Amino acid sequence: MQMIESGNVAAALGVKLSRAQVIAAYPITPQTPLTEKLSEFIEAGDMSAEYIPVESEHSALAVCIASSSAGARSFTATSANGLLYMHEQIHWASGARLPIVMCVVNRGVGAPWTVWNDHQDSMSQRDTGWIQIYANDHQQIIDAVIKAYALAEEVMIPVMVCYDGYLLSHTYMPFDIPDVSLADSFLPPYKPAYCLDPGEPANLNTVTLPDVRDDINGNRAHGYFEIRHLLQQDMIASMDALERIDSRFKTVFGRGGNPFIESYRTDDAEFIAVGIGSLSYHLRDVVDNLRDEGISVGGMSIQLYRPFPYSAVAEALKGCRGIIVFEKALSYGYQGPVCSDIKSALYQHGRQNSHRPFVLNYILGLGGREIVTKDLYDALKLSCTTGPDAPDELRWIGLKI
Amino acid sequence: MRRDIIEIRWHGRGGQGAITAAKIVAKATFETGFPGVVMVPTFGTERRGAPVFTSLKLSRDRIYDLSPIEHPDIIVVLDHMLLEESDIIKGLKPGGLIVVNTPRPPQAYNFNGMVVAAADVTHLANKAGLPQGVVNSGIIGAFAKASKLTDMDTLIKAIEEEFIGRKPKENARAAIETYEYTVIGGL
Repeated sequence: MQMIESGNVAAALGVKLSRAQVIAAYPITPQTPLTEKLSEFIEAGDMSAEYIPVESEHSALAVCIASSSAGARSFTATSANGLLYMHEQIHWASGARLPIVMCVVNRGVGAPWTVWNDHQDSMSQRDTGWIQIYANDHQQIIDAVIKAYALAEEVMIPVMVCYDGYLLSHTYMPFDIPDVSLADSFLPPYKPAYCLDPGEPANLNTVTLPDVRDDINGNRAHGYFEIRHLLQQDMIASMDALERIDSRFKTVFGRGGNPFIESYRTDDAEFIAVGIGSLSYHLRDVVDNLRDEGISVGGMSIQLYRPFPYSAVAEALKGCRGIIVFEKALSYGYQGPVCSDIKSALYQHGRQNSHRPFVLNYILGLGGREIVTKDLYDALKLSCTTGPDAPDELRWIGLKI
Repeated sequence: MRRDIIEIRWHGRGGQGAITAAKIVAKATFETGFPGVVMVPTFGTERRGAPVFTSLKLSRDRIYDLSPIEHPDIIVVLDHMLLEESDIIKGLKPGGLIVVNTPRPPQAYNFNGMVVAAADVTHLANKAGLPQGVVNSGIIGAFAKASKLTDMDTLIKAIEEEFIGRKPKENARAAIETYEYTVIGGL
């Protein structure tokens, strides 16, 4: 069924269709309407879940860690400083290998205080061991939430579904709501291999020694080092799992097919503009304009950011002349995090071949600074025409200083 | 930069319901031939009473650009005092349309060749049974008559669905009355 609603409602409907059993959240702009909608679903009896109000984001995720450990499908959502307040528990959730799904409604980080969109909040959490998926529109939000549970429960790694605050969370656009019975067949109830049982008390994630040792049954138990190695191995392997899940989703619902990156007019493109979230779709209009002028340019969205789909990215970009990365986040003192990751993915290819595309990095939209289409057009056009000779330095769009 | 998009900027005051009005029109126009529709509110630090605006974009094709409208084809004004307070018609395309809730006739306005559609929505909505100052359903009637972008039957249905439990019939009647009494003119 098609409907026109906000991105936050799309996310809430995805959580409802996923039949999450425990929701714990603390309101923060621009996430608030999402969790309000979930509480309404539960209050009205449209959704059978336990809604646990908490006094902070740290507690919200702590509750989800507990409920997920007890075998319940668990959900939370937050933004910006709320996400950062969870930070310690974010590491814990992935270390404990709990299949929690969290929506991050992307917002700039204070200080100074801001409520508007950029990607600094979730980007700063990229090294926590969570899978990160970014949605470009409402359809991708609702679909991603359902796929995220399938993925998290298969690989036992928590997933963040990230989408732009205001630009997507508060914008209305059409999207299709998956049929409930199809959603049920796609995502059956969560059956944990192990969960807490009051009849058999256990300690989970207690002090783990640097080296391996035998457990009380005489079996070799992992040390911390091995446990962390397995997280990395499973993160990499989760890309195959996501590809299978996405393909299965496409068979059932007819949508998907781009779990890692989504390309637009890149087949013969000499230059490729890369972005994340709604910005990557905004770039499509600019690509069309430049194509009309005879400039051979395409666009690319990064859909999966952690694990970083390095092979797909390198394969898609290695043949072009130049890559222009537009980012709403910054690793202060260096460059945009996606730009660094793209360069890293291309390094091996560049070593084996004499050809290596130039990479330019633009920072824009931090703290909700308006992204003007004409500015994107000017920046991309300039990059395509003068890129190879341009100095390797960070460029800021719309800076008034 | 795309020419296939009809851009409608809605101006009101915080709490007046401009976003709800634009949402209703988004739903109706989606049903009557604009599969590409987005409604993007612009959020500042406004509180109740402060000027706010939202961008409604319509197209037969998919819309990717979610930035605020700079050059609207149509401007809808829920409170005529806003016309005097700030330059809200900024960027309106030549020959563009201004739909305004005002007690004054369209001849009272001169916007250099722009078309003005005027209706006293505040009065008409109140007459339709809504509390004083509720104008967001009524203004939709003026918009429909002046823009001809969708039909009243679809709009009435969308209005009644939006206001379930909140005087749906009265809100629909406000739009119908306003449609009837909207005067289109301009210099």
